Amino acid sequence: MAVTEENPGYKWVGTRPIRPDGLEKVTGKARFGADLVLPGMLYGKVVRSPHAHARILSIDTSAAESMEGVKAVITGDDFPDLAANGAHPSDVDVANNTIARDKVLYEGHVVAAVAAITREQAEAAAKAVEVTYEVLPHVLTVDEAMADDAPLLHEGMITKGVDPAPEEPSNIASKILHERGDLEQGFGEADAVVEREFTTKPVHQGYIEPHAAVADSNSDGRANIWCSSQGHFQMRAYTATVLGVSPGTLKVTAAEIGGGFGGKTVIYLEPLAVRPSQRAGRPVKLVMDRDEVFRATGPTSGTRIKVKMGVSKDGKITAAEVWMAYEAGAFAGSPVGAAGMTAIACYDIPNFVVEGYDVVCNKPRVAAYRAPGAPMAAFAVESVLDELARNIEMYAIDIRLANAAVEGTQAAYGPKFPRIGFVETLEAIKDHPNYTTELGPNQGRGVAAGFWFNAGMMSSATVHVNENGTATVVTGSPDIGGSRQSMALMAAEELGIPYESIKPVVADTETVGFNDVTGGSRVTLATGAAVVDACRLIVEDLRARAAKTWDVELDQVEWVDGQAQHVEGAQPPLSLNDLAAKSGRTGGPISANASLNSRGVGAGFSTQLCDVEVDPETGVTRIVRYLTAQDAGRAISPDYVEGQMQGGVVQGIGWALNEEYIHDTEGVMENPSFLDYRMPVASDLPMIDCSIVEVPNPAHPYGVRGVGEVGIVPPMAAVGNAIHDAVNVRMTELPMSPVKVLEALNAHDE
Amino acid sequence: MPRTHITTVINGDETEFLTEDGTSLLNALRDEVGLTGAKEGCGTGDCGACSILVDDRVTCSCLMFAPEADGTTILTVEGLADSGDLHPLQQCFLEGAALQCGICTPGFLMAAKALLDKNPDPTETEIRYALAGNLCRCTGYDKIIRAVQEAALEMRGK
Amino acid sequence: MAQVHFSAGLRELTEGLAQVEVDASTVRGLITALDEMFPGVGDRLSEASSVAIDGEIFTDAEYEPVSENSEVHFLDIFQGG
Repeated sequence: MAVTEENPGYKWVGTRPIRPDGLEKVTGKARFGADLVLPGMLYGKVVRSPHAHARILSIDTSAAESMEGVKAVITGDDFPDLAANGAHPSDVDVANNTIARDKVLYEGHVVAAVAAITREQAEAAAKAVEVTYEVLPHVLTVDEAMADDAPLLHEGMITKGVDPAPEEPSNIASKILHERGDLEQGFGEADAVVEREFTTKPVHQGYIEPHAAVADSNSDGRANIWCSSQGHFQMRAYTATVLGVSPGTLKVTAAEIGGGFGGKTVIYLEPLAVRPSQRAGRPVKLVMDRDEVFRATGPTSGTRIKVKMGVSKDGKITAAEVWMAYEAGAFAGSPVGAAGMTAIACYDIPNFVVEGYDVVCNKPRVAAYRAPGAPMAAFAVESVLDELARNIEMYAIDIRLANAAVEGTQAAYGPKFPRIGFVETLEAIKDHPNYTTELGPNQGRGVAAGFWFNAGMMSSATVHVNENGTATVVTGSPDIGGSRQSMALMAAEELGIPYESIKPVVADTETVGFNDVTGGSRVTLATGAAVVDACRLIVEDLRARAAKTWDVELDQVEWVDGQAQHVEGAQPPLSLNDLAAKSGRTGGPISANASLNSRGVGAGFSTQLCDVEVDPETGVTRIVRYLTAQDAGRAISPDYVEGQMQGGVVQGIGWALNEEYIHDTEGVMENPSFLDYRMPVASDLPMIDCSIVEVPNPAHPYGVRGVGEVGIVPPMAAVGNAIHDAVNVRMTELPMSPVKVLEALNAHDE
Repeated sequence: MPRTHITTVINGDETEFLTEDGTSLLNALRDEVGLTGAKEGCGTGDCGACSILVDDRVTCSCLMFAPEADGTTILTVEGLADSGDLHPLQQCFLEGAALQCGICTPGFLMAAKALLDKNPDPTETEIRYALAGNLCRCTGYDKIIRAVQEAALEMRGK
Repeated sequence: MAQVHFSAGLRELTEGLAQVEVDASTVRGLITALDEMFPGVGDRLSEASSVAIDGEIFTDAEYEPVSENSEVHFLDIFQGG
């Protein structure tokens, strides 16, 4: 583990205790989205479109309604027409994606939902809902969607970001542009120029837990919802919008969440459970099956990306030109904006143009997926940079060091970087034994780097000191990968009491202040900062209570190692336990709240080194060893920082080698199962070596940057560059499946 | 629908339940018996989140019809700890941070138990192949494999 | 005067200018001043942008202070996963 700054002697931060929620998760007690059962609960089932693009002519629910056990059948007409009500266009899209009104825009788009006494009755009733469609021509890729005569998904879509605004509608929702310097001059100064075009396919977040929600509506219009999501406050807001009710009428409780990776920041089921529950006056449970998860949730964009870059002989990048088109799926909102800002953000480049297009097509609406938008752009840019390094006979790490963004570099997206740790991740790779391990026959080594902003946003925390001197730390950030542990570690550090004396809790929407989603790598940073703030309020309060007890001025009291100490030692120390036991005498219970809109986000960088072996007979690529170096700022919980790093890498390896959405010509997904959508399994992989770099974020009390996302940015290029190193073919299409590698090898031989 | 009466031993206790013929053992365990430790990740036997031991064989409970369980002995994750004492695999998963979201953990624990019961000293490769029917999307498997190695070591020492 | 920078995508609203100097003490004041210079730009900036002030990115920056020498960048909104 590389540490770039002395650890300031923390007692708990940076240690590896057992996670607070671990016991329930290894004994089967933890309750995930689908585990809740309520008395009288009905089972729901959703009816989905079999067509990629069609007008709904009629929906006949009468047969379904008359079936045994069926208590409610709902369609789009059972929800308010937000467009007609003048709602914000993004809210209209959320509602129309939850349940279609006039048109279905992708195979799997919801058209109706039923609730019945048993699962089997619900399934039978769903099949009995008769929907008549007028099938419309569809578009599946950016190429098809951007063609001049392409059928339109949204008749009113005028491209944003183009001046003057186009008069004709199209499937291009928006254009983004970043430019600096003089491209022509930059390429003129180059000694080597490489231009390549890349394509990537939609891939799914692949969380193992399908979406699930239980809703229990009361006759006063209020409803309780239990669901598995990355943000129950966000689910409350979306559900209220789609139902046309006040968020205050909904109480949302976060179930344990079985993975999300961005895909559970959006809403699918909750309104479809609440409405039938209102009709039936009974709780309704909706759980997707895996087929539905693939056809109708996630994925992230398929893309086409063109990159042209030039370097001088000394390895300086003189110019970069990037063109990219990202599939948004059925509604505007691909992550092309972030792609445009991240594509070349690792490097200090004087001349560039980055142009991007957000393109709708007849596939499921894309959802956030770990550093949304960045991985595809990095695959293209980092592959071209690898080729440039080869052309000027420079090591892959060294060309990156020669151009690396440092503190003060003006990022391609505008502002100057504060203190960042990109160079340190490059050096950590160079310093690791993997960098010099000898390669065998048909083996190759690849390097790639990645950048992600990380996010801040809003968080709240409440800390209660219990009468025995333990503390409860309450937040509203669902714990998706061990964040309860990082909350407890920071609270233990602040309060000076043992980690085991802290109970971290994820509370419902009525029990703690607002929290934005668990996303953007933000929880340890922002919710952690709220926990730290609340703990510091507690410590101030405890000092005041000790001063009162001793009848001294506040400045005579320090808080050290979990106890109040008189600065001159004039009084025996008062422990948290002592003060808590007698809190009634000093002002009542000890608790504090803190809420914030986080500032001081610290950018994340990751550099990765991948060794592969390519079988020239079969085209199969095997990962031989893999090293990831990432700037965590400060690893509050090193176990789970490594977990994020390793998990991000392996998702990236899946994206690189196997994973893709395959649609037939009618727009029907052909591989909606884990068997056919092949994610990496244990036997595909080696251990994933980690080097945690710690360049503290100066704006966070413990230097945290956020670690969840950037790890998925480099792997596709790292694998592709390693394949090139092994067998001398440049892969420009994802996934780099055996068939494609073999084709490339055969083409190379000819 | 007629329901069939099933008698099994689950986690050491004789257990009876009623089920329809087409119900999966997974749904029967979760809905009829109230054991929700086994999870449905796919319903097609591809993810292993529903893994349990049926007569000591690791089984995807989503692929088995509930009536087929009549007369069998079943172990689920809820029965893995011995009256509150964690199984070494559970302890090593905790100490080794071998779970992030935790949804796949019950399945991995059961598949790993089945492996170590048969092969107390597996190589890394043997562990990786024995667990290849269990999907984890969070961890990249690294810490899971290490936890199983650690548990094997500990169990051999006893 | 704070230095305000526009991404290329925003320059259609600023008569092609990449950078202007604005006298304001908060982001809100800055947006008001910009809207007087380039009518219509205010709505677009308040609705669709995050703001970087001296390298630090804010999502709801309306009341954030800007100082005499601040460097302010209006950025596209992006979402985390």
